[in-house]
Amino acid sequence: MSTKTAEVRESFLAALALVTTADELERLRVEYIGKKGLVTELLKEMKSIPNEEKKAFGQAVNVLKGEVSDKLAEKKEEIVRLELERELNSMPEFDVSVPADLSRGSYHPITLVQRQCEDIFKSMGFTVEDYSEIVTDYECFESLNIPKNHPARDMQDTYYLENGQLLKSQTSAAQNAIYKKYKDALINEGKPIKAIFPGRCFRNEATDACHENTFFQMEGVMVDKNISISNLIFFMKTMLSEVFQKDIKVRLRPGFFPFVEPGFELDISCLICGGEGCPSCKHSGWLELCPCGMIHPEVLKAGGIDPDEYTGFAFGLGLTRLVMMKYGIKDIRDLNSGSLKTLTQFTDDK
Amino acid sequence: MLLSMNWISDFVDLSGLDKLELISKFSLSTAEVENEIFFKGSDIFGIVCAEIKSVEEHPESKKLHLLKVDAGDGALTDVVCGAPNVRVGMKTAFAKVGAQIGEITITPRALAGYTSNGMCCSERELGISEDNSGIMDLDTSIAVGTDLKTVFDIDDIVFEVDNKSLTNRPDLWGHYGIAREFAALAGRELKPLATADLSVYESMEKVDLKIEDPLCYRYSCIRFEGITRHESPVNVKIRLHYCGMRALNFLADLTNYMMLEMGQPMHAFDSRKVEAIRVKRFDKPFTFTTLDGVDRACDENTLMICNGDTPVAIAGIMGGLDSEIVADTSSLTLESATFDAASIRKSTVRLAHRTDASNRYEKSLDPEMTDVAVARFVKLLCDMDSCAVVTSALTDEYAKRYDKVDLSFDKAFVDKYTGIEIDNETIVKTLTSLGFGVKLEGDKFEVSVPSWRATKDVTIKADIIEEITRIYGYDNFDIHTAVAPLYPVRAQMEKSDEDRIKDILVKRFSLHELHSYVWAYYDEYKALGIEIEDNVELVNATNPNIKTIRSSIVPTQLCQVKVNTSFGTDFGVFEVGRVVNGFREDGMCDEHKMLTVTLYSKTKSMEALYFELRDMLAVVTDDLKHESLSFVKGTASHSYEHPKNLNEIYCAGKKLGKMGIVNTAVSKNIDKKANIVFAEIDVALFAEIANRSISYEAPSRFPEIEIDLSFISETYRPIADAIAAENCALIKKVSVVDTYTDESGKSITVRLLFSHPERTLTKEEVLEVVNSVSATLEGQNIKLKNGVQM
Repeated sequence: MSTKTAEVRESFLAALALVTTADELERLRVEYIGKKGLVTELLKEMKSIPNEEKKAFGQAVNVLKGEVSDKLAEKKEEIVRLELERELNSMPEFDVSVPADLSRGSYHPITLVQRQCEDIFKSMGFTVEDYSEIVTDYECFESLNIPKNHPARDMQDTYYLENGQLLKSQTSAAQNAIYKKYKDALINEGKPIKAIFPGRCFRNEATDACHENTFFQMEGVMVDKNISISNLIFFMKTMLSEVFQKDIKVRLRPGFFPFVEPGFELDISCLICGGEGCPSCKHSGWLELCPCGMIHPEVLKAGGIDPDEYTGFAFGLGLTRLVMMKYGIKDIRDLNSGSLKTLTQFTDDK
Repeated sequence: MLLSMNWISDFVDLSGLDKLELISKFSLSTAEVENEIFFKGSDIFGIVCAEIKSVEEHPESKKLHLLKVDAGDGALTDVVCGAPNVRVGMKTAFAKVGAQIGEITITPRALAGYTSNGMCCSERELGISEDNSGIMDLDTSIAVGTDLKTVFDIDDIVFEVDNKSLTNRPDLWGHYGIAREFAALAGRELKPLATADLSVYESMEKVDLKIEDPLCYRYSCIRFEGITRHESPVNVKIRLHYCGMRALNFLADLTNYMMLEMGQPMHAFDSRKVEAIRVKRFDKPFTFTTLDGVDRACDENTLMICNGDTPVAIAGIMGGLDSEIVADTSSLTLESATFDAASIRKSTVRLAHRTDASNRYEKSLDPEMTDVAVARFVKLLCDMDSCAVVTSALTDEYAKRYDKVDLSFDKAFVDKYTGIEIDNETIVKTLTSLGFGVKLEGDKFEVSVPSWRATKDVTIKADIIEEITRIYGYDNFDIHTAVAPLYPVRAQMEKSDEDRIKDILVKRFSLHELHSYVWAYYDEYKALGIEIEDNVELVNATNPNIKTIRSSIVPTQLCQVKVNTSFGTDFGVFEVGRVVNGFREDGMCDEHKMLTVTLYSKTKSMEALYFELRDMLAVVTDDLKHESLSFVKGTASHSYEHPKNLNEIYCAGKKLGKMGIVNTAVSKNIDKKANIVFAEIDVALFAEIANRSISYEAPSRFPEIEIDLSFISETYRPIADAIAAENCALIKKVSVVDTYTDESGKSITVRLLFSHPERTLTKEEVLEVVNSVSATLEGQNIKLKNGVQM
């Protein structure tokens, strides 16, 4: 190697050792192997080299050029690695122990439980019906086999309006309309009536922690050619087991409601003690939950359905009661209070 | 109603059976039994009959006596006793040392210096009656040393049935009817009631009786005299007491006993006061004094029992003070009757007075029972008082009979209704045990309903199903799902829209769903300065604060916002609820389901808040319907609406509702520093809007051209209209990128995005459109500022 090339090599290696950034490296590349770089310039000296040395000199310059390129590439790789390392190291560690920001919207707890019930029944092919809150005497009583002067009318204190209409005291008030809506499909096409109708109900009474004048129920009916008591018990047990996400024991007792015959009070095994007896179930092991029964023939008739050909069951689930049981709400008035401190806790529940 | 197992056992032999299990079966098959069961007498033992052999005054006490009693131990026992009725030779209840009375164990005890080795007991102390006037004065025929539990029915199981579960069962308001249920449940025989043979009195004179009113169905009566007994036998008193009734005197107790036994209310009159019994109503209101000494306002609807024209009792409710049995009463007239149930019920409501009798009558008692009850009464009376004599024939007027109820059905009907197999034999056995007449031919049943179930309770075939299945036991049912053809279930549009609106508001906009009441809150409205507008009213609300039905949820929600001002600086709430806008043409209430949203903020400007609300509604509409909203300036018409920025909301040509800001007169009462905006949308109208399908267009592969135009204009509307008027397919997107105000006024910068699906656009064709828009606006004196920016 000529002295010249050795000098260039030495100066390159010395300069390379000092390089720390990609920019410096690029500058070094231009300085040595750019178009006018020091190594490139060496080749221009070829003409002053004696002929017999030309070959060796040319080879030496090429070797040097190759070496410079390799060293530059090597150095570039190192700088990239170091820069990444620096970047990774400079990232601070975040304190994930600080509380999460959970601010978001909320559903009314009635909506949550209502949706759970609706989903269960929808999965079994029931339609979900909506109905007005103001109904007629016919809808709420007459069509449900509760004629005027019937003692059952005393059982519920109804809010009457000046035009004789009333705030519905039970979701059953929608039954007649639902039978009429679906009876043709039942009779002509053989489509069973399977419907649930959640809704707000009203009772004219003083309110306290356990009593409200405004509350939610969810009624359900199924009518077809061979609907039986056995089916009724099956659906109730299945539905309640789904609602509470565990196998629920149910028992039926005779109960008197004019729009069903036979009528039942349905009890479920106490959710707190599982039936052993505790203060929640007044030590009976059972909780009264839901009146139900086989739809009274007069009620079917009023809906335009022949009770000799069709039978059906109906049930009424106290949605408000269910919500209180499910979330352990002690004061029923909290539900209509509009208090965000209470209600914002119910973000979602599926 | 409290029920005694001993009493029930008078009529059905339940020996060898687990009584508690039977009671629980009864609760599941007949009527709800309250949880607490009372084991009467279980805390009483060691009480014997003892004779008082000597009585000495206590030297230092006026009240106490020093007794020597013979309790059958072969020696006399020293006892200190404070009862006023002690006397030598008297036999009484005696708790020996070691005996148990409730929580007390009897031990020798020093009383004012003397040791008492036991205690003489009153009926109350033994828990068998209310009587605490003195120690028990026992029948002298009882042998000394006899355990009183072998003489009296002190041991008993008493349970309580929820009266509400008996509303439809008039036959269960007495022990005999309850016994019939136990007989059916236990598979044992129901014993017939022992009665007196009244035919022997047939030849005697009848009572002068006339039913002059159709509200009385049947009236049976009889007269008797010679009663010597004044106090009821101990066992009668025990049963009355255990069943929650106070013992009064023999005759009153016996009528009560009959009511508790057969469910038939009875009344005994002084015969001198009921020489001519007439059952009727009066033309005019009047005051009547009942035997409890209370003056009661009767009217022309109140059925009365009269002596001629003088009322002596309110039929089915309570006797009068004047005709009550008094000391010199020698002849008595016993009433056993049935009345119209609804009439009795209404009278109790009018008089605000319910009695054990009226509670039974309003359930529609069986009229077939009145004469049987008289015969039973006479039997009990004569058994308990041998001096009593009947002095009239049974006088019985039967004005209205219930129709006999016969039902026929076949086995297939039972199978269909129950969904399980219950064999014919079981059906016949069950119905027969409940008193139904049953004929079975092949698979066909002919059933006659017994009179005590035929007054209203059992009228149709489905009622028979209940009888069969409740005794069969619902726990024994094999349960299975229904078999039905499958069809798709389509969601109701309104319901699914409502659900999706809630989801968007909660999940995307972090709003909170509230519930509220459907009426105006008078006090709360007043406090906020919200006027209560005339609307449909409740006629019978017990709470005067809730008379008027609301016509909007906005004021309700403002009241709720007020409650929550400390909750946070910013929040939004919504409700999907009902309002009423007066009456429709057909006279019915005009009910609407409204989505109402209120936003509250202490950090955002009114304008920002208002647009936040508008954009929420726009997102909801675009998400659910792929439609956009438009707004038309409206006029504030309610006290809570601000006159400015009230906008009616339109979509697809329908007016859906409105949005606005809260009038300062109201908002200052909620929070002076907060901005509050509201919107309401009719959910049913919203649901009617068709969901426009998504029209997909493949993105153009050719370059797009973006052009910004700034117009000097106060509102965007004319600019939007001018662009829309071009009806140019090349315009893919229009957006407002800036609004600002400078010396030339308010400017709005619009960005237009042009593209062509199949080729590169030329500047010229784009400018042609832009120039046309500018020219249109120029014509409306809306000037383009700074030229066209490409």
